[in-house]
Amino acid sequence: MSNHTISAVGPREYHLAHEPHPENGTSLGFWLYLMSDCLIFAALFATYGVLGRSYAGGATGAELFSLPLVALNTAFLLVSSLTFGFALIQKQKGNLAGTQLWLFITGILGLCFLGVELYEFAHLMHEGLTPQSSAFGSAFFTLVGTHGLHVTFGLIWLVVLMLQLGKHGITPENNRRLMCLSMFWHFLDVVWIGVFTFVYLMGVL
Amino acid sequence: MSAHDMHADHHGEEEIHVTTGGYVTGFILAVILTVIPFWLVMGNVIQDRSTAALVLGLFAAVQVVVHMYFFLHMNGKLQGGWTMMSTIFAVVFVMITLAGTLWVMFHMNTNMMPKHTDIPALSQPVATPAVEAAAAPVAESSPAAAAHTGHSSN
Amino acid sequence: MPHDPLLGRITWDSIPMAHEPIVLWTFIAVVLGGLVVFAALTKFKLWGPLWRDWICSIDHKKIGIMYIILGIVMLLRGFADAVMMRLQQAMAFGDNLGYLPPHHYDQIFTAHGVIMIFFVAMPLVTGFMNYLIPLQIGARDVSFPFLNNFSFWMTATGAILVMVSLFLGEFSTSGWLALSNLGNQNPGVGLDYYIWALQLSGVGTTLSGINLIVTIIKMRAPGMNLMKMPVFVWTSLCTNALIVASFPILTAALVLMSMDRYFGTNFFTNELGGNPMLYVNLIWIWGHPEVYILILPCFGIFSEIVATFSKKRLFGYTSMVYATVCITVLSWLVWLHHFFTMGSGAAVNTFFGITTMIISIPTGAKIFNWLFTMYKGRIEFKPPMLWTVGFMCTFAIGGMTGVLLAVPPADFVLHNSLFLIAHFHNVIIGGVVFGLLAGINFWFPKAFGYKLNEFWGKVSFWCWLVGFWIAFTPLYILGLMGVTRRLNHFEDQSLQIWFVIAAVGVAIIACGIGAFLLQLVVSFIQRKQNRDENGDTWGSGRTLEWATSSPPPVYNFAKTPVVHDVDAWWDMKKHGYQRPLSGFEDLHMPKNTGAGFIISMIGLVLGFALIWHIWWLAIVSFAGLILATIIHTFNYNRDYYIPATEVQATEDARTQQLARHV
Repeated sequence: MSNHTISAVGPREYHLAHEPHPENGTSLGFWLYLMSDCLIFAALFATYGVLGRSYAGGATGAELFSLPLVALNTAFLLVSSLTFGFALIQKQKGNLAGTQLWLFITGILGLCFLGVELYEFAHLMHEGLTPQSSAFGSAFFTLVGTHGLHVTFGLIWLVVLMLQLGKHGITPENNRRLMCLSMFWHFLDVVWIGVFTFVYLMGVL
Repeated sequence: MSAHDMHADHHGEEEIHVTTGGYVTGFILAVILTVIPFWLVMGNVIQDRSTAALVLGLFAAVQVVVHMYFFLHMNGKLQGGWTMMSTIFAVVFVMITLAGTLWVMFHMNTNMMPKHTDIPALSQPVATPAVEAAAAPVAESSPAAAAHTGHSSN
Repeated sequence: MPHDPLLGRITWDSIPMAHEPIVLWTFIAVVLGGLVVFAALTKFKLWGPLWRDWICSIDHKKIGIMYIILGIVMLLRGFADAVMMRLQQAMAFGDNLGYLPPHHYDQIFTAHGVIMIFFVAMPLVTGFMNYLIPLQIGARDVSFPFLNNFSFWMTATGAILVMVSLFLGEFSTSGWLALSNLGNQNPGVGLDYYIWALQLSGVGTTLSGINLIVTIIKMRAPGMNLMKMPVFVWTSLCTNALIVASFPILTAALVLMSMDRYFGTNFFTNELGGNPMLYVNLIWIWGHPEVYILILPCFGIFSEIVATFSKKRLFGYTSMVYATVCITVLSWLVWLHHFFTMGSGAAVNTFFGITTMIISIPTGAKIFNWLFTMYKGRIEFKPPMLWTVGFMCTFAIGGMTGVLLAVPPADFVLHNSLFLIAHFHNVIIGGVVFGLLAGINFWFPKAFGYKLNEFWGKVSFWCWLVGFWIAFTPLYILGLMGVTRRLNHFEDQSLQIWFVIAAVGVAIIACGIGAFLLQLVVSFIQRKQNRDENGDTWGSGRTLEWATSSPPPVYNFAKTPVVHDVDAWWDMKKHGYQRPLSGFEDLHMPKNTGAGFIISMIGLVLGFALIWHIWWLAIVSFAGLILATIIHTFNYNRDYYIPATEVQATEDARTQQLARHV
């Protein structure tokens, strides 16, 4: 699937008139990293699937999960995906200030998501569901917690990228980085679909 | 000295064109596909657990596709088709991992975990509630979320 | 274990030399050897070049060589473990308990497996892919050169941790996969050394996998569409796809086990709902693709060698590609055959037994293709070809014992017996080790500019081949008689003769390794007489790396070649290709950097701190890791241009070299 096609007819040319430039691989490379991340989550989901009903006589999800709280969190994350999209639209127009503004809003929404999640974790632990109390507890906190850790790293990256945008502006390199962070952020929203469906909604069923 | 600069990196790089309309459409669809599952569960709309689980799974799958298309701008042309190819590979391996793990672990649990009659303490008449509570985790810890219990695997 | 806020759980008892003579003597040898190396580096003023030209290098050729050196060094340690085991098992019968108590023996078989798979085979395979892929596709480097350097140093970090475990603390006793029922509850540092060595090197491996896939997809020379790539590049593409897909599962499984150990969670415990078999399941979902990750590049190496030394185009290129892709996908569907006996029932066992048998078919197709390539070729039995033929015979038999084990009822008898040990050594030594040694003999002249001594190469081959069969045939026999693996002592005296024969076999393999090392030394001494002046070392090179000088210049190709056919270099030679002598442009190249090394070393400190529960150090080094990474991302100045004049000078020098040695 190369971009260059050479005619097979006539004497063979073994070099081009000017050196070709290989395509930049950052987007594809980052996408492949996200695919590998999919498989980490697959292992965690599989673990949750196997251990998710092993309550060890303790509290179950149905008893403890607060679906309205989860709905709120889902809203934060979904809106943050939209606001990141707005940031990219501003970048496409070359508007640095607009880009930074929407990135900032995305970051705030991400922080709200984490805040609500930490509050929920504290509440669950107070009610007796901890990572140590049962295999269900271990699987729940690890799966949802790993997602939360990814969000945290995404927020750190967001701050760093905002600093770098401030320093260098919307350069091709920063553009690439924005596209990668965008992929990362939306990927986390995709994983969250799996989390709220299989952990929370089905946990309450 | 040729005029190579950072523009050199642009060769062949596809610029994905984003539109406000695209993001908003995707957002609205995602909201709908989120609200309905929440409503189904919180309102206890579908009585049968298996059907409910299936419906929820379908909504999730559709919403994933919505995200892929509207937010991640996935199509068969990105990166010469390699984005799609690697995604298909990843999805296949994820499915194998999930289905394989659940199938294998369920079969192992069914075959290898002791039944009530194998545990002497449980064959005795129930003396105190404490015995009952101790017996519960052993019998109820079948692993698969949506699978049926008490089914012979052979 | 006692816990000190400053030193975690390090105590004077953590130093085993105090009470184990074998470790003490090893330590003395290592210190003396280290001092010699240190002194030599200082005397010849090599510290500067070592840092600038090797440690900081992002050149795929240098990184490839460093991987291979790491693999060969670790081979010596892994083989020492093998010798110790064979000696113990040859002598420990009845009243004779041997010289290795069980606790030490358990560490040795664990270390042997871990080192051989993760720190010998993986680095060697990665090293070959790193060195060859850009050259074979007509590129100047990989897509992410910094990441390449970082990946190497993360792998080295894992190896360093394993070596440190010899002298501080102990290593794991739970086998090379740490099946959790063997080890999870074991609170000692050994299992933690294992976990962090694998997690650190696993990061390197996964990133390297991504790097090489993108390289193959994006950086092929014009005209080289997928079906014109060398077969080695195809096998590498599939291997790296397996790496990117499967290593995350290993990472996740080890994280879950770490959580059980550090946070008291209940993933793999026996109470509160945990399930140790879940670990077994997850680890083998990784473990089976892993062995295909090891063998596929070696299949690629053999394909290149067979075609070159039969002076014929590889037979059935298309079927080779399809077979490789089939193997890649099928390797994800067989993992349960590693634990048929664990109670999943007939339906599950049958499914996986059938898939395991099916996967032998594409492999068989490959063997026929190699044979048909040789048929009516004008074969030269240089050492690489000897290794290849040795592989075909040895690996085929090992594969057949695999198909035998694929039958669940047979596996119920043979699981975890010495038959299993013999089977996987048969395919790993016959396939992977023979492939790597073939590859070293084949491409060494390209990398270093002089040919390897053929006599010692042939001695090495014959010792390995004969030694292997003498070492492992007794194990097949013992396995069929019911002898279990991983035992350090036996009661039945009648078994001893077989173990003695196996020990003799290992001694012969030792001669093979000795001959290989001698080959390297003698070749170095005689390097001026055996210069590869031409670049097309064997005369019948078919792929693009043979178009370059030996060793290639830092930029690989002065002008990117245009490809018209499979076996691009062969095609160029057939059509009277002339090297361009002028018209060069400035070449865009990546810059060396020390960031990869520095970040990896912080990672090493983090791993060490986590092993020994030195919590303050763990927090500090983790923060340092994040900080160093962020600082690195602020470096936007990562490339430079080689001026056209310098390219011209290098090419002129080569023109003169070629003219002198027509």
